[in-house]
Formats: sequence, structure tokens, C-alpha cells
Amino acid sequence: MTAVTPLLSVRGLTTYFDLEEGVVKAVDGVSFDLERGKTLGIVGESGSGKSVTNLSILRLIPTPPGRIVSGQILFDGKDILTMSDDEIRTIRGRRIAMIFQDPMSSLNPFMRISRQLMEITQLHLGYGREQAHQHAVRMLETVGIPDPSTRVAGYPHEFSGGMRQRVMIAMALSCSPELLIADEPTTALDVTIQAQILELIKKLKEETGTSVILITHDLGVVAGMTDEIVVMYAGKVFERAPTTELFAKPGNPYTKGLLRSVPDPTSEQGRLYQIPGLPPDPAHLPPGCPFAPRCDYVQEICRQEFPPFVSLNERHQSLCHFAAEVYGGQPAGA
Amino acid sequence: MSPTASSTRESGISTAVTEAAAHVERTPDAEIAGTSLWKSAWRRLLRNRLAVFGMVMIGLIVTASIVGPPIIRTTTGYTYDSIPAESSLVRSFPPLRAPDGSLSTAHPMGTDSSGRDILARVLLGGRISLMVGIIATLVSLVIGIAYGATAGYLGGHVDDVMMRIVDVLYAIPYMMVVIVLLALFGGQSAIGQLFLLFAALGAVSWLTMARIVRGQVISLKNREFVLAARAGGVSTRKIIQRHLIPNTIGPVIVYATLTVPSVMLQEAFLSFLGLGVQAPLASWGSLAADGIQNIAVFPWQLLFPGITMALTLVSLNFLGDGLRDALDPQTRKT
Repeated sequence: MTAVTPLLSVRGLTTYFDLEEGVVKAVDGVSFDLERGKTLGIVGESGSGKSVTNLSILRLIPTPPGRIVSGQILFDGKDILTMSDDEIRTIRGRRIAMIFQDPMSSLNPFMRISRQLMEITQLHLGYGREQAHQHAVRMLETVGIPDPSTRVAGYPHEFSGGMRQRVMIAMALSCSPELLIADEPTTALDVTIQAQILELIKKLKEETGTSVILITHDLGVVAGMTDEIVVMYAGKVFERAPTTELFAKPGNPYTKGLLRSVPDPTSEQGRLYQIPGLPPDPAHLPPGCPFAPRCDYVQEICRQEFPPFVSLNERHQSLCHFAAEVYGGQPAGA
Repeated sequence: MSPTASSTRESGISTAVTEAAAHVERTPDAEIAGTSLWKSAWRRLLRNRLAVFGMVMIGLIVTASIVGPPIIRTTTGYTYDSIPAESSLVRSFPPLRAPDGSLSTAHPMGTDSSGRDILARVLLGGRISLMVGIIATLVSLVIGIAYGATAGYLGGHVDDVMMRIVDVLYAIPYMMVVIVLLALFGGQSAIGQLFLLFAALGAVSWLTMARIVRGQVISLKNREFVLAARAGGVSTRKIIQRHLIPNTIGPVIVYATLTVPSVMLQEAFLSFLGLGVQAPLASWGSLAADGIQNIAVFPWQLLFPGITMALTLVSLNFLGDGLRDALDPQTRKT
């Protein structure tokens, strides 16, 4: 790996939810690193644990029923999981900021945009009213809201979905955080707006040097945005690789399936590929590989034994008994 | 008030049409930026005729109760407790009659059995009845909101314990408690009795408020804007104060408006039993209690306080219903 200390280093993060139907291992031994100024994509289906991973990073898991069982989250060398509540609160919004999936509900409908933007800077940067207000207008301008000095006095219901997501980005970036976690920032938006928002995040990232974690279930979104990708399934990291390599030479049957299910407008194959079956119930995982029931490559060993985390090269790992074979490029048994 | 509101009031022909128009009106353009939810709710309220009637009536009754007694005192010299010195006048005269049977405006509502002016007593009764209603409602607002919001937001065991306490208090037949309290400690002085009444009614009326606020907070606390505020490092207290309580205000206002008449009714009930307000002070309940003894001979003694009270209660209920429709337009769709 690299010699530089990463900005964020997640080691063996394990988060469980104690529900009536049993203990749900939402995140189970997840590890990854993020260097300063880089963008990491976390990809997975619904329920794969990608959102829980990121809520765990800021200790925002609702407890109970959730609890972080073990692991380390080293942010700039300090373990977030051992911090006091006051300490973590100085990191939230100040050094690590988050934007969420649904811009329709992530703004308080009873507060003017200005007050919501000012709240963060007054809290963390100690700005006075006037200064915070000016900063809020500047931030709205940065994220491309037309006529920011008027719109800042508006209420969330006067903004469209795309505009609200811009406001959320403005809010997240108003303290110039070192890390921005974007949890499916474009899922609730329509396609043209999606592109604009992604472009905006990319642009702001380049201008400010903020590191970004981009969570999505859409491989098309991460392709042009990220340096490295983590693929999650059933609470585990299934594959980790630099973006270009992941797309060119995936080392995991699950990743392969995901890549095949991205629609390709240039080929007229008729039917779009889909991975058969459904993700397993995380409260009752099979003893072997959790993907085994849906896998094209499945062998007897997959159902019996949990697969190893194979290093395919220095920066590319895959959780599969047959990672080397898949990486080697055998055709999928379609 | 804005010009749009007055124009929509005039056009009360077809609510459905104007309502649709109001929605179109709200499309954001720079000029409208800053239209709060309150303004649109206010507009909807003004379109509700019963609610407007309620508001006007309450306005009139409150104003009359405040400015009425001093006006009567200066013009005719009567106060609520002025018993005529001449013993032939210490009896109940019908409305608008002088002692000799001729028409007179000296006592528009007649006099009671002690020869006191009923109008002055009804107005004083209004002061006390409204005061009991409003003060008890304020007490219920303060305790209920703080208690309910805390229980709802913290959740878990804290919530369990806090709400079980409410359940236990609910199970106590509080009217009995109030009656016992008033019977034990009341009767020393008229003013003391009054304060005991405020305290007793206030102490029991916050229970439902706490439940309503708790329910609202529970449904709100999982909304993304609360998560966003937490991710921004805002403290728990500030989240409850700034983000949760303002969002519960709609149902709270509605319920508070409906609490005022219910408390007034309870006060009337207690006074009717002779446990509430003591003579020479009067409330609508105690006036009705006095009047009912003589209903066959002097019906006006019951009629005037009864009508005034009924009108007030009906108006408050109209206003409460109107507010509910205005603040939550969804409930109107059938």
C-alpha cells in the first residue's frame, strides 16, 4: 500500500442490529482506506450495508437497535469509535460532512434556507449572524443557485429537488470539510439533474481538495467519478479495486454480474441481464459464501466454506474462492 | 396581511377552484421567495367561513370581556358585585326593564336575585372562564411539549418510563382529584380558589398534549433533516428545540385551540357543582349554576351566561377545526 497515512482508514468495522427476528449483521468486517483528495465509490444493492457503513463512520447509527460491535475508524489518525460525544460532534459537519439520498426530506420544512445554512457555520466556525449570512449566500452561489441573495430567504418547499440537493451540498461544504460522504446523492433525482449534481460534486472536489466517499447502487455513477471502488454485498466487502481495473478486469462473480446488468445502449441484446434471485436475508446468512445461491460460478465449496479475501494484486482484492479464475477472464457461464 | 388573502376571501364561491389557484400561485419565482408555510395556511384559514366566524366571535367576546366591565362601571355605575342599597331593588328584574316595568337600558340582560347587573357579571365571568381556559392550556403546552418531545426523541427506556407515568396519571379519575383538591384546600378566599382551579386544571390537561407531541416527534425524528442536523454536529437539545418542536407546532396549535374550550367546560362543571369560582366572583359555569335554580321564574339568569358560553365554545371549536384543515391540507381530501 501507500506510505502516506490515509485520511480515513476503516478497519474491520462490524455493525449489528438487534431486531426481533435476530441479530442482523448489517456490516461485517468492512475495511478500506481513503487517501486525501481521492474519491472512493461504495457500490452495492439495497441492504448491502453501504449506508450503514457510512453512518457508522460518523456514529449516526440509531442505538438501539444498532450497535457498532468492533473495528476501528481512524480519521486523520484518531479512532472515531473511541471519541467522546462532544469530540465527535466537533467532527460532524466540520471535518466530515454528509449529504443524503432524499433532498426532499433532508431540509427542515419550517426553517428558511438561510437559517439552516447559518446553523452549521455559527456552530462550528463561530460566525456571527451577519458573517454566517454572507457565507450562506456565497455557498449558494458556489453550488450554482441563481439569485442566491434572494433565494437564501426562501423555504425548502420553494426549491425543486435538484436545487434542494444543491442546497444540501452547500450546507455540507460550508465548513470546508476534509471528507464529504455522499449517500446516493442522485438516486431521487431525474437523469439530467443527476448529471448536473455529479458534475457539481466533482468540480467542488477539485476546487477544494475534499476527499469524497460516494455511495451508490449505480455503477454508471461511480465510473467517471471515483479513483477506487469497494463493492459490498450482504455487509461484506466483496471486491476492492481501482476504478479502471474493476471495470476492465473484475475479480468477483458478483461484480461481473453487476457490470453485466448495466444497460449498454450501443449493443442491441434485447433483454437486459439481471442477477438471478434476491440478496439473502441478513438475519439468516448461509454458512458459506452469501452470494453462492445466485452465483454463476458456484461450486460445492462455496456453499460449505466462507470464501477467503484474495489479493489479486497490490490494490485489488476479491472475496471469492475462485477470485483468481474470475480475474483471469474466464467467460461467465451464462 | 397580503392582498392575495383578502382577494381570496371575497371570492369564497368555490373553495376548490380558489384552492387550486392558490397552488398554482405558489410556484416559486423570485417575487414570492419567502412565502412561509404559515402564510399559505393563513390563506386557507381565511377561506374557511366557519373558522372566520369563530375568530370574529372570539375576538368580540374577548374584547368585550376586557373592555366591557370598566365601560359599564363608568356609564351606569354597576359592577359585578354592586348590590343595590335599597332593599326593594334586591330582586331579579327582566332584561331591559326598569323596576317600575317600563323599558330601560340600565340592565340589558336584567339583574340576578341579588339585584346585580347580569351583563357585568357575564363579562366578568368571561374574563375568568377565558383566563382559566387559556392559563390551563398554556400550562399544558409548556409541560406537554417539553415532556413529549423529550420522551419521543430519546426513545427507548426513557420513553417507556416517561410514557408509563403519563398512562398512570391518565388512569386516575382526575376530575375526582380536582374535586378532592378543591374541597380540601379551597374555600379560604375567592382568589385562592381561583388559583387552585388554574393549577388543578393545568396539571391534568398536559397529558394528552404530551402524547400528541411525542407521537409527532417519533414520526419526525427519523426524517432525513434530523439526520442531516445530527450529521452537521448539532446537539440533541438544539435538534429538539430548533428542528423538532417547530415541526410539531401544527397539531399542537390545533390541539391547544381545542383544549381551551374543554378546560372551560370542565371549569363550568366544577363551578356548577359549587367547587369552582366562589361568589361574588363569577364564571359562566357559576352563573349558570345560579341561574338554573330560578329557571322557571327568571329564565334570563341562565339564558345569557349559557348563550355566551355556548357561543364561545362553538367558536373555539370552529377555529380549531379550521386550523387543523389549514395546517394540514391533506386531511381534507376525502
